Amino acid sequence: MTDSALVRAVRWDTVVGALLLVLLLLSFAFVDGFGNALNLSFLIGSTLPVALIALPMTLLVVSGEIDLSVASTAGLSGAVMGALWNAGMAIETIIPLCLLLGVVCGLVNGLLVTRLGLPSLAVTIGTMAAYRGIAQIVLGSDAVTDFPGRYLDFAAGRIGGSFVPYALPPFLVLLAVAVLVLHATPFGRSLFAIGANEEAARFAGIRVKRHKLWLFTATGLLASATGIFWALHYASARYDNATGLELSVVAAVLLGGISFDGGRGTLGGAVAGVFLLGALQNVMSLLNVSAQSQIVVTGILLVASVLGPRLARRIAAARTARAVRAATALPHAS
Amino acid sequence: MPTPALRPACAALAAAVSLALALTACGGTTKKSVADDDAGAHASHAKADPHAPTKKGLTVAFLPKQVNNPYFTVADKGGEQALKQLGSSYKEVGPNSATDTSGQVSYVNTLTQQQVDGIAVSAQDPGALCTALKQAMKNGIKVVTYDSDTNTGCRDVFVSQAGAEALGRSQVQLLGRQLGYKGEIAILSAAQTATNQNTWIGFMKDELKKPRYKDMKLVTTAYGNDDAQQSFQQTQGLLQEHPRLAGIISPTTVGIKAAAQYLSGSKYKGKVRLTGLGTPDDMRRYVKNGTVDAFELWDPAKLGALAAHASVALSSGQITGRRGETFEAGSLGTFTLGDKGVIDLGAPTVFDRDNIDRYRF
Repeated sequence: MTDSALVRAVRWDTVVGALLLVLLLLSFAFVDGFGNALNLSFLIGSTLPVALIALPMTLLVVSGEIDLSVASTAGLSGAVMGALWNAGMAIETIIPLCLLLGVVCGLVNGLLVTRLGLPSLAVTIGTMAAYRGIAQIVLGSDAVTDFPGRYLDFAAGRIGGSFVPYALPPFLVLLAVAVLVLHATPFGRSLFAIGANEEAARFAGIRVKRHKLWLFTATGLLASATGIFWALHYASARYDNATGLELSVVAAVLLGGISFDGGRGTLGGAVAGVFLLGALQNVMSLLNVSAQSQIVVTGILLVASVLGPRLARRIAAARTARAVRAATALPHAS
Repeated sequence: MPTPALRPACAALAAAVSLALALTACGGTTKKSVADDDAGAHASHAKADPHAPTKKGLTVAFLPKQVNNPYFTVADKGGEQALKQLGSSYKEVGPNSATDTSGQVSYVNTLTQQQVDGIAVSAQDPGALCTALKQAMKNGIKVVTYDSDTNTGCRDVFVSQAGAEALGRSQVQLLGRQLGYKGEIAILSAAQTATNQNTWIGFMKDELKKPRYKDMKLVTTAYGNDDAQQSFQQTQGLLQEHPRLAGIISPTTVGIKAAAQYLSGSKYKGKVRLTGLGTPDDMRRYVKNGTVDAFELWDPAKLGALAAHASVALSSGQITGRRGETFEAGSLGTFTLGDKGVIDLGAPTVFDRDNIDRYRF
């Protein structure tokens, strides 16, 4: 009895949160150049794009779907932003248009998945290539870098001399919204139900398709917001912006304990996973760990994060079984 | 057609469209209304002292576009050797992919944290590194760009592999000599938008206007997008469309290699002359089998060495990045800073059958 309570208390997402805390404390104490405001702002700034997409991705994965086209959507938004800027359009018009484009990209994914009943993995692998291709057609091999200084400063600057990038408060607002939606609304709870058993959820009266369409659309929107942020943060709109970002997001979400079978996970875990990977990367760079070794470390961590919870569950199950066997065996022995 | 599930999405879409259109009507910040705030933003007020002693014990980090790329490995080795001779230390960091701009930015940030004395960087993108490099300069780090520049305000000096003009003109001169200044020629470039390629091609066209080239005619420019397969096909196309083609200039290492590969396997081998910019390792077999007489490139090892010398000269206060300042770069000689802090490595090296085996990169 106490065993299973312990197992329930030591959930994987709390483990990841604790790991993040330990890593931060150790780095503050022992890593040169880690604890100052400038470095912390670098850390947060370079992790924000992953964190931003991780929000809707967590909801999607909880409901048993996935979107691999997010990085391409981000790249496409950046490319369109650059092309329109070159064409002389005002940035205040370009940004809403790009967000709209993200909505359309997300809608296309959502409609293909919900209307045609195709698996989201296949659909979004396809649109991943398609959106990236369109981005290349739109902008070619051009790099647009001359966005207005105010916007660049917002995306890359920090508030005063503190460690807080300007972009962090808006992200925190989005995070709060996502947490509320997933963990405190009927919509959020129904996502867990859909992820756990879609058929049962449908019979329970949950409008599965509509929920999923909303999720894909929101993912597209945030992916294009990420693309805009990326282009401004790095002062560079190129068709290949954010290449491979989808893998970082998926990795971080996985590390945060979101089960890819659907139906299980928390946003806290996902965000802890995102920042654990980000901080680890920052620390390893400061310690002169080569890029290749960093990839190996990240990979091992991911395998462990998939194995960890499963192993824990299996051990717990084995213990309960043994306890039950012992309980039933005892009377015979006496 | 709109199902219940679609209706809210459509409403949101419509709202966003009208919002965007409303904003257009209000005007706003456009490309035209933004002045180039980078131009000359980095005005150093320090005074250069060419006789200041050369500092020792500095740390200079090389940040190439891509680590484990043979070209940059040779360039950075040149930098390492020069730093060793100067009594300073060298390190190299960089991304695995030549288009990972965010990776390059985080390396600049890391080096800023590590308080190195100088960064020698080959920028993947002229704007992307700016914020990070300015941050580094604010923290007292000297920034040298080599091989590929950033916007002028984001570094102290740029070590250029060779003047664009020298490179452009010398390729035409090289081909002219091989052809006896007679016949139709074509250019096989990289991407249609590549700035450096287009600058070189501009100088090539200007060189061709000289009376000496009156019997040489540029018939077309093809684009292989720095893709081996596309460049190969473009070469094939050029020769089919222009049966009287006598020579090809390919000012890109990928293009010239692909063109050489096509020529060496075709009936045009030894008849159609090929020159341009290539690396000795890529081109060795085509020079030896008679497909190519001579081609050129700067020596990347010297480029790296000059970047190292420039970095140490900046840290020692011998130069500050202004036009007309001079500094000693060991066995490479004395260099003078040009406009916008550009330092030219000098004329490119021509590789042919006689000297190609002396170069390994």
